[in-house]
Amino acid sequence: MDTVTRAHLAETIYEQIGLSRNESAELLESVLARIAAMLERGESVKISRFGTFSVRQKGRRIGRNPKTGVEVPILPRRVLVFRPSQVLKAQVNGLEVADDEE
Amino acid sequence: MTKSELIAELAAANPHFLAGDVEKIVNTIFDEIAAALAAGARVELRGFGAFTVKHRHARTGRNPRTGAAVAVDAKAVPFFKAGKELRERVNQGQAPAA
Repeated sequence: MDTVTRAHLAETIYEQIGLSRNESAELLESVLARIAAMLERGESVKISRFGTFSVRQKGRRIGRNPKTGVEVPILPRRVLVFRPSQVLKAQVNGLEVADDEE
Repeated sequence: MTKSELIAELAAANPHFLAGDVEKIVNTIFDEIAAALAAGARVELRGFGAFTVKHRHARTGRNPRTGAAVAVDAKAVPFFKAGKELRERVNQGQAPAA
């Protein structure tokens, strides 16, 4: 098992839901676009049993170019963080999928 | 936004799909990503980001209240790294006070 891509996900939707391949790919794209749009607005997106995507504000700090040792200011920025749910954490460890959280 | 809100919005924006199908699709997407990670694969969605599994070594932790040493087993942790496009969109979505 190596890398799963959009094409694999669209194929699974096509096989399991019975929409056309085009429709499957289209809806997958809409799902990702909708999530991205919310995050762009700074809103977090919580997918129960999977995890939460949220936006974190980082303050200004002084960084350093590790190669030259030159100090460079790192400007304030917003970064995306993903917090996996307990269910997902259990799954990647091959454990029994715990009952719903919330 | 929660998953049910996401499903409701997508169903409203895509009236040519059955609401039930939209719900099944959203669930299928996340179930598939989870299954791929559980099977040791990575999931890469260009422009959005990549889901991978990171492995943590066993270590000796401490109970912060009592200070007692506790053995923490090696474990796998799901990890998401935002893609370039999404990372830039999130950062520019609302310009931080300059």
